[in-house]
Amino acid sequence: MSIAQATFDTAGPEAGARSEDYLWTLNFGPQHPATHTTLRLVLKLDGERVVDAMPEMGYLHSGFEKIGEHLTFNQYVTVTDRMNYISPMANNVAWHHAVETLLGIELTPRCTYIRTIIAELARLSDHLLSNGAVGLDTGAFTFFLYGFYQREVIYDIFETLCGARFTNSYTRVGGVSQDFTPLVIEKIRAFIRTFPKTLDDMERLLTRNRIFVDRTKGVGVLTKEEAISASATGPVARASGVTRDLRKDEPYLAYGDLDFQICCASAGDCYARYLVRMQEMRESLKIVKQALENLPAGDVNVSIDQRVSRPTKQQVYSTIEGTISHFELSMANRGFEVPHEESYAAIEAPNGELGFYVVGDGNETAYRARCRPPSVLHFALFPQLIRGHTLSDVVAVLGSLNIIAAELDR
Amino acid sequence: MPFTPPSIDDVLAGLTERFGSLDTSVSRGQTRVVVPADQSFDALAWLKERGFDLLVDVTCVDYLEYRDATHRYGLVYLLASTTTNQRLTVRVFVDDPDPTVRSVVPLWAGANWLEREVWDMFGIRFTGHPDLRRLMMPDEFTAHPLRKDYPLQGRGERHNFPVITREHS
Repeated sequence: MSIAQATFDTAGPEAGARSEDYLWTLNFGPQHPATHTTLRLVLKLDGERVVDAMPEMGYLHSGFEKIGEHLTFNQYVTVTDRMNYISPMANNVAWHHAVETLLGIELTPRCTYIRTIIAELARLSDHLLSNGAVGLDTGAFTFFLYGFYQREVIYDIFETLCGARFTNSYTRVGGVSQDFTPLVIEKIRAFIRTFPKTLDDMERLLTRNRIFVDRTKGVGVLTKEEAISASATGPVARASGVTRDLRKDEPYLAYGDLDFQICCASAGDCYARYLVRMQEMRESLKIVKQALENLPAGDVNVSIDQRVSRPTKQQVYSTIEGTISHFELSMANRGFEVPHEESYAAIEAPNGELGFYVVGDGNETAYRARCRPPSVLHFALFPQLIRGHTLSDVVAVLGSLNIIAAELDR
Repeated sequence: MPFTPPSIDDVLAGLTERFGSLDTSVSRGQTRVVVPADQSFDALAWLKERGFDLLVDVTCVDYLEYRDATHRYGLVYLLASTTTNQRLTVRVFVDDPDPTVRSVVPLWAGANWLEREVWDMFGIRFTGHPDLRRLMMPDEFTAHPLRKDYPLQGRGERHNFPVITREHS
């Protein structure tokens, strides 16, 4: 990680001059308000123009993958909350989606719909923040506040749902911790009613705002070939014309039943990424609305015969199956049957493909819990996106890539 | 005439024809193929030409304490196709004392940081990598923390950090 030894590739647009004496080095981060998270950039500047950038990470590394080898499948969900902390629900869904793929558990229809709804609410809250941050960094503070107000509404929904606003830890193996109550459904309905108006306001504020368009259009251009070669996924890849979205390509949960569009752009610049995120919010809203109207009745967790999700108190105290199931799940040596297998399962998280490669060895803890973090691959793109642009564009590019350092470092 | 992508079986048959008999298996709907370490680059390049253009992830599993494991490290290359949406997992097994495999950075730019992370966490060397430095741990760190013989709480690296006083800073 030492910057001093690293050689800068100066084959950028400013190359040619042999002597680099006139270049100066700017240390951007790890603590800087505009990085939003704890990451570091070492920029090589020619006046205001960025000749090269060296992204650096590891400041928040906390060994999440190592911890994953020591916590059980249900405990580890609390750690996934802390990966991408602006959309923790999506991480919860991704983790248990991977675990259930390994264990071969089929979810109930109600559970798939509930998880779809919360994953889409997480996408809304992520896109509100990431687009808001691009606006904030390019000088549009009002836009950011509009976005943050709506994030509060989504937090309120999550709080009503599971008691936690921020680190939800909502899913469980084979189900979720709390079923939807009428109050939650009412709050989500109210949100669906009021949110489109805010979204219209936000688009009116920024989409054709001359200053914002000038700051973001043509900045940080990523071509389709580069996006595929660099393993970019999610809105970053879709803004460059890669039509890959796991919700359509590998329909998981309830996405196969719902009607929605994949939002793509071809320009690949910061403005295109902003537009893709804006449009995805409208599509997410459509998904939430349809899923809520078609929410199936019935049990939310898999049946107690499968012995994977904890029975309700009612079942524990009034049925023998419930008592046995509760007892076995609480004992260290009885839990679920984990095959000696390994599997990878991914969901389309707000930031891109978020997958977990889980290896089972018969224990209730994973033998290996690899997280495929979209942020790492996007952050590696940063130098090629910023070369030749000015220092003030650094924050626009960084914001539009939506780098979350906690997910970056894990 | 609509384009019909070659099935995974066809791809595997072609791969076997080219690289000799390979161990393949299917689990949970995911196809995996084990490739010898010295041929991994050629096999991945061959697969990239056959449409697996997206390198989803490069990671590794340390099989030190795993039941019936014959090798120490198992590298995992998750490939996908952006046009046909097929997925394929390529496994490469390497062993101590010198776990080495050829880098795939010439094929996919995205492999750069993924391989750096595997080097950092597992100590597997990628020959031909342009910039094989640690990604997350500090440079002066000597161990590879995701190996199974590395303890969860570390070996005291953190507790023995030098204390910086105001005079020395």
